[in-house]
Amino acid sequence: MSIIVYTESENGKFKKAGLEVVSYAKAIADKMGTSVTAVTFNADNAESLGNYGAAKVLSIKNDALNKFNAKTYAAAIAEAAKQEDAKVVIVSASADSKYLAPILAVGLDAGYVSNVVEVPSSTSPFTVKRSVFTNKAFANTEINTDVKVVGLSNNSFGLIESGGSASVEEFSPSLPDSGVNVESVDKATDKVSIADAETVVSGGRGLKGPENWGMIEELAEVLGAATACSKPVSDLGWRPHSEHVGQTGKPVASNLYIAIGISGAIQHLAGINSSKVKVVINTDAEAPFFKAADYGIVGDAFEVVPKLIEKLKAFKVANA
Amino acid sequence: MKILVCISHVPDTTSKINFTDGDTKFDTNGVQFVINPNDEFGLTRAMWFKEKQAASVDVVNVGGAETEPTLRKALAIGADAAIRVNTEATDGYAVAKQLAKVVNDGGYDLVIAGRESIDYNGGMVPGMLAAMIDANFVANCISLEIDGTNAKAVREIDGGKETVSTSLPLVIGGQKGLVEESDLRIPNMRGIMMARKKPLNVVEPTDVSAETKAVSFEKPAPKGAVKLVDADNIDELVNLLHNEAKVI
Repeated sequence: MSIIVYTESENGKFKKAGLEVVSYAKAIADKMGTSVTAVTFNADNAESLGNYGAAKVLSIKNDALNKFNAKTYAAAIAEAAKQEDAKVVIVSASADSKYLAPILAVGLDAGYVSNVVEVPSSTSPFTVKRSVFTNKAFANTEINTDVKVVGLSNNSFGLIESGGSASVEEFSPSLPDSGVNVESVDKATDKVSIADAETVVSGGRGLKGPENWGMIEELAEVLGAATACSKPVSDLGWRPHSEHVGQTGKPVASNLYIAIGISGAIQHLAGINSSKVKVVINTDAEAPFFKAADYGIVGDAFEVVPKLIEKLKAFKVANA
Repeated sequence: MKILVCISHVPDTTSKINFTDGDTKFDTNGVQFVINPNDEFGLTRAMWFKEKQAASVDVVNVGGAETEPTLRKALAIGADAAIRVNTEATDGYAVAKQLAKVVNDGGYDLVIAGRESIDYNGGMVPGMLAAMIDANFVANCISLEIDGTNAKAVREIDGGKETVSTSLPLVIGGQKGLVEESDLRIPNMRGIMMARKKPLNVVEPTDVSAETKAVSFEKPAPKGAVKLVDADNIDELVNLLHNEAKVI
């Protein structure tokens, strides 16, 4: 009755959120006196998941699964969970995980709780803490079904490396008709996505125009960060909608969030609140973001950001 | 084409979030309720299908009588009829079960829901509903075109977007992008007058129990004051981020 984890990969390589759920599952498995079995789709080096806490990997290699499909992936994970008699199934908060989790939960007659931020406080009754009201509160939530599906909020647990190695078994689940077929994918492959990023650098209307995003991208590059923007910036078409973070945009749960020229409207703050450390750079000392931030600089972004880039480059050299 | 738009009745974004009864219930005192923003984008897209493709559009909510003003607002925006399933919305699973019955009874071809409600943020109702009624499902949907029984949709993925083809019956979890914010409709006086005469059918719930239960709520610990760093002393910021916050 191991714990099943859906470990996401892209082009064969595991994503950070996929590794994080393995470490998280290991912490729950220790509490319940069981072990972790990861399910992977066309991933390389499956045995390396042992380093993050998996005892076993059910490795699926099937060209029909090269493109993510919520229904077929959910069916495969459900079959793995039944085979292993799993009582707990863990997924991340990536767009794909959130897509398949409800389908998976129905397939397993399992209760599903998303946006979980901690290891369960109790495993009987199974009680998890999840963020609600767009990060303005938490709800301690019981799952009362025999099988439980838990969606972990990204970056809320972290990676724990133990140096172990996992046994790998080939797994060939039967797959239903997909129903939804991918025609094309439009994605910047050379950039860190907001969901995967540990650091996010975000620009607002204070930057005055899309031509000034060079320094945002440079700062992001120095920090290995994803770039994001406020809603007005995406509405004005300065940046693509996929960069819009906030209540109606993407949620951010990074370790470090740097807001440049963003005043901090309540809808924006709602979306970025679960980031751990927030830095704001704004000319207006009265901007509401200063109340939500951990560190702030009252100053002109066009002067502060280039200096920050220079200092961070020097810092990287000194700490390399 | 028969469209059902799921409407969640949620506190306005600017609401103060407080809890009562020993932190077990959301305090609705002084809170203004609105159509869930993600649902509003979907409702507006449904109006487009109504006007351009002669679709019929019903709206549904699972909730008590207090949600009726929100359904009336959806009628004022242009929906043809409203359905209220007369039971408390306990968890995502129970809501999806109630909606599945409404969809099966009404023979809807397309169900437009929001990707998540802005109160409990479960993000599970559309996907669960699709699985229960064996319909196709597109999450985080930012564009939708229907031609006969074929559908073309765009899904927002981490770092980009994905174009998919699928077919009816279909459930989507919609969001901003289905229409732009500037396309959202504010009910006009004529719409509000007409909404009063449109049917709002109250149906009794099917027997289903929740799978999860929020046993208590808590608010994040109050945050300390911001540490201000002088614009001429960027070294100090780098130092704080490295040694104090330990994020670089």
